[in-house]
Amino acid sequence: MASILFRGVQTRPFLLYPSALFGRKSGVLYCTIKGTQTQTAAPENKQPQLKVSPQTKAKGLDKISQDYEAIIGIETHVQLATLTKAFCCCPYNYGSQPNTCICPICMGLPGTLPVLNSKVIEFAVKVGLALNSKLSLNSKFDRKQYFYPDLPKGYQISQFDIPIASGGYVDLDLPVEFGGGHRRFGITRVHMEEDAGKLLHSGNGSYSQVDLNRAGVPLLEIVSEPDMRSGIEAAEYAAELQRLVRYLGVSNGNMQEGSLRCDVNVSVRPIGQLEFGTKVEIKNLNSFSAMNRAIDFEISRQVSLHSQGQSDQIVQETRLWEEGGQKTVTMRKKEGLSDYRYFPEPDLPEVILTEDYVDSICSSLPELPELKRRRYEKMGLSMQDVLFLANDVNVAGFFDATIGKGADVKLAANWIMGDIAAYMKNEKLSINEIKLTPQELAELIASIKGGTISGKIGKEILFELIAKGGTVKGLIEEKDLVQIVDPAEIEKMVDKVLVENPKQLEQYRGGKTKLQGYFAGQVMKASKGKANPGLLNKILLEKLNAKS
Amino acid sequence: MLSTVQNPRFLLRQCRHFPPKRRRFHSSTPLFLSQPQTLASTDLSSSPPQSQILTIRDNLLNRRTTAVELAQLALTRLRITEPQIHSFISVSETVLREAEEIDGKIARNEELGPLAGVFVGVKDNICTADMPSTGGSRILENYRPPFDATAVKRVKDCGGIVVGKTNLDEFGMGSTTEGSAFQVTANPWDVSRVPGGSSGGSAAAVSARQCVVSLGSDTGGSVRQPASFCGVVGLKPTYGRVSRFGLMAYASSLDVIGCFGSSVADTGILLHAIAGYDRLDSTSSKHEVPNYTSQFMSISSLESKPLKGLRVGLIRETLDDGVDKAVVSSIVGAASHLEELGCTVTEVSLPSFSLGLPAYYILASSESSSNLSRYDGVRYGSQVGADRLNSLYGDSRAKGFGPEVKMRILMGTYALSAGYYDAYYKRAQQVRTLVQKSFKAALNENDILISPAAPSPAYSIGEKKNDPLAMYAGDIMTVNVNLAGLPALVLPCGFVEGGPAGLPVGLQMIGAAFDEEKLLKVGHIFEQMLKGYKFIPPLLADGIAC
Repeated sequence: MASILFRGVQTRPFLLYPSALFGRKSGVLYCTIKGTQTQTAAPENKQPQLKVSPQTKAKGLDKISQDYEAIIGIETHVQLATLTKAFCCCPYNYGSQPNTCICPICMGLPGTLPVLNSKVIEFAVKVGLALNSKLSLNSKFDRKQYFYPDLPKGYQISQFDIPIASGGYVDLDLPVEFGGGHRRFGITRVHMEEDAGKLLHSGNGSYSQVDLNRAGVPLLEIVSEPDMRSGIEAAEYAAELQRLVRYLGVSNGNMQEGSLRCDVNVSVRPIGQLEFGTKVEIKNLNSFSAMNRAIDFEISRQVSLHSQGQSDQIVQETRLWEEGGQKTVTMRKKEGLSDYRYFPEPDLPEVILTEDYVDSICSSLPELPELKRRRYEKMGLSMQDVLFLANDVNVAGFFDATIGKGADVKLAANWIMGDIAAYMKNEKLSINEIKLTPQELAELIASIKGGTISGKIGKEILFELIAKGGTVKGLIEEKDLVQIVDPAEIEKMVDKVLVENPKQLEQYRGGKTKLQGYFAGQVMKASKGKANPGLLNKILLEKLNAKS
Repeated sequence: MLSTVQNPRFLLRQCRHFPPKRRRFHSSTPLFLSQPQTLASTDLSSSPPQSQILTIRDNLLNRRTTAVELAQLALTRLRITEPQIHSFISVSETVLREAEEIDGKIARNEELGPLAGVFVGVKDNICTADMPSTGGSRILENYRPPFDATAVKRVKDCGGIVVGKTNLDEFGMGSTTEGSAFQVTANPWDVSRVPGGSSGGSAAAVSARQCVVSLGSDTGGSVRQPASFCGVVGLKPTYGRVSRFGLMAYASSLDVIGCFGSSVADTGILLHAIAGYDRLDSTSSKHEVPNYTSQFMSISSLESKPLKGLRVGLIRETLDDGVDKAVVSSIVGAASHLEELGCTVTEVSLPSFSLGLPAYYILASSESSSNLSRYDGVRYGSQVGADRLNSLYGDSRAKGFGPEVKMRILMGTYALSAGYYDAYYKRAQQVRTLVQKSFKAALNENDILISPAAPSPAYSIGEKKNDPLAMYAGDIMTVNVNLAGLPALVLPCGFVEGGPAGLPVGLQMIGAAFDEEKLLKVGHIFEQMLKGYKFIPPLLADGIAC
């Protein structure tokens, strides 16, 4: 069946001028994929971007920008990681061959009807609760109507006047390197809808082909209040949403694959003015860092126009972020409001949530990023550590499991953020892919703390555990790595080294005390690195100084 | 737009509240008042209609005939009648092979489905796998769906043989079947007249005995009005009783697949085959499906007053000015027939009745403007080549859709537009709620409600083609039932003058939601006890066995 349909689509390439792409009334095609792999805000934002663009290099801009304030609101589309699409049984896998994840229903063939995937409701309720919003116990679906070749039914099933959740907020902490600080941003609404397909444009732009794999994939649209004031705040808001959906397990939140897409509205007004300035929408933001830079560019552009008395040149339009030029450019000017002729979707019954259902989902929610950060903070970790550990749900889980096995909090944090993170970065692995288990990390930390092995040997074992697995005890035994803590045994080795190095001993006793390090090294070598360094030094010093 | 549609006063007087008036019918009104002379030639002692389905089953099981013989006979009849009637857009090529399979089953003594060997016509807006399914539209010319509609699948699972796809007004929008992009279907009672619509092909096919039963769809009366025009039994089930999966959507909140048969029993057997919950249609109901077929008792086992105690409400607004006098007489006659069977008939008033028509046309047009958006020439159906996207859409749709469909898309688009939504769509939804309430009140007092199925008998082809408002007005008897989502059965109850042998008149019986069982029971008794009529069109009078 699929292959028949596939052929049907392929054999009907229709002519389409590239400009027609911009005639679309809703959504945008997120097909540009940028090379950067980073998906979390914090690491990327480590190099602060200057709010400078070619146009606005004029001196004193910083001073001018102090007189203005930017108003930023964000619409985020989150692709839900349900096994099947929102209204049919098709699985969806990003990157599949065009038109292989389709059926008569998501193709919009005559006579087909949507049947709601209950997981979509579950995920929407989870996100609604996590965003501290008010759930509508009675909501419904509506049809949003417009024509576009990637929209098989000629309408998108969405929610219009009664979204599943409305009013809410997210709490987040700005990265320390950006000055830190806690922020709370309002959420206007969360609603469920279906995604559209994709157009694949031919190289010379003479025709386009339709790939309907993505058509009917469930989305949540999360609309923020216009609460953000800078690029970094907006980027961190988006990063927090990503964290949230990953913590909840409702989406992979991957921006490069288009699983998390942000459309940003930016306007600028003189401080003290109550009315908003003219807002400009920015699209094509494929990473948090791009968001940050695009918004700051756009703020500068608008402030500069304001300050030059050209604020009338700020018009309501959609601008595109150009990664190459590091600037926003006009994509299309608004041609008046489009009329989507919303009306209630007659093919789907109302969505009715019972209190019991909501309660059961509420009680199944995991610990969310904000709570986790506050808990880590209370444990005494620094904000830098807190943000690092809570950033990735899997890292946080690993950390929690490690300290759950009794490991020292600060030591566990240091091991994870230090050697383990470095290894993962080098090998491009996630914490779930390394062989080390929280159990063994806790064991390792305890073995060092308890003196069974030295810190140096601990490090060696760690890399073995990460790469090959196994247990700390097993490795210590196998490699005979138990630290020598018996003073008598160490004394024997010290004596032997002193006997074998009479010349150096003489020099030492002659006042060249720096040689203590040489002797310590020799003894350590003799013990194959197993001698307890404290004991070793203590005994060595005693012996060296004994007859002087 | 509203002002032109909302004026049904020429048909019906404005709604007024007045208490139901008790009126005895058989004392004051002679039974069969309108009995035309043309019927004199008909055998008055003819027996009531028998279930063709049960006869076929009996003949097959007792090896009196074979499915192949039946199929050949039916195909022959089809060949003879089709040039006059034009009820089918396409005819299946696998009929004989399917009949052979059934004969094989009989030979192997395997269990036979309840529709084994039964020829079923399917309206062409209901999808059939690998058979053309055009919806009567150019835009889907030669389109073959990759799947069977749930109703079709269930018919096939019961052993039914889909004989072909029947003609209809494009996407179900019309009341005459003249709105088909392909052909005009004739009424078997008078080939110069329309069969009604939009399921005119399905009604005419059963009337001309081209198939035993057929599937239609009813959005505003598209099963009941053609049943009345063609003198067959038509059943519009409760909304949600039959899955809509595979039915090309016209107005999703009103659409329902319905059944045609030459007897109430056949209609009930077909309903039983297709009814029930379907996970592919979230608006299909999980309400239990009773055994509709268990109640079709033979005439000999009926008592003298088999419907004793049944409360019947005659909707007074349906007998007002604007309704054909002869039709009114037939309905009054039917009411007195019901009284003779033991029913208590009273008049009831549905105050919101006249509001139903404009509300229906707003809601149906609005939903259709959305449902027909998918026919854009991009993925399937006819495409007009163009070098701009907007021209591709515009030209494909301009060429693919007929005038009636375009008009309704325009009306619906207008009604849903920003600034007009509240005045039209929302207001119409409020009227819908009123209609539902007034039906509920009337059905609290009565077991069933009765009315004509159409304000007139079948009219001439072309008569209303250029007068859409007159055609819309003809839906007044049926649209309210769709707005309320209730089940209704239409069965022939008499004749009026016209055509070579008179024209049949249909009686509409409306029941409470999911009470098809009662409608079928009452309808069956009404039909079996109605003496002196044979609803077989003159076309078949000479020699074609029925």
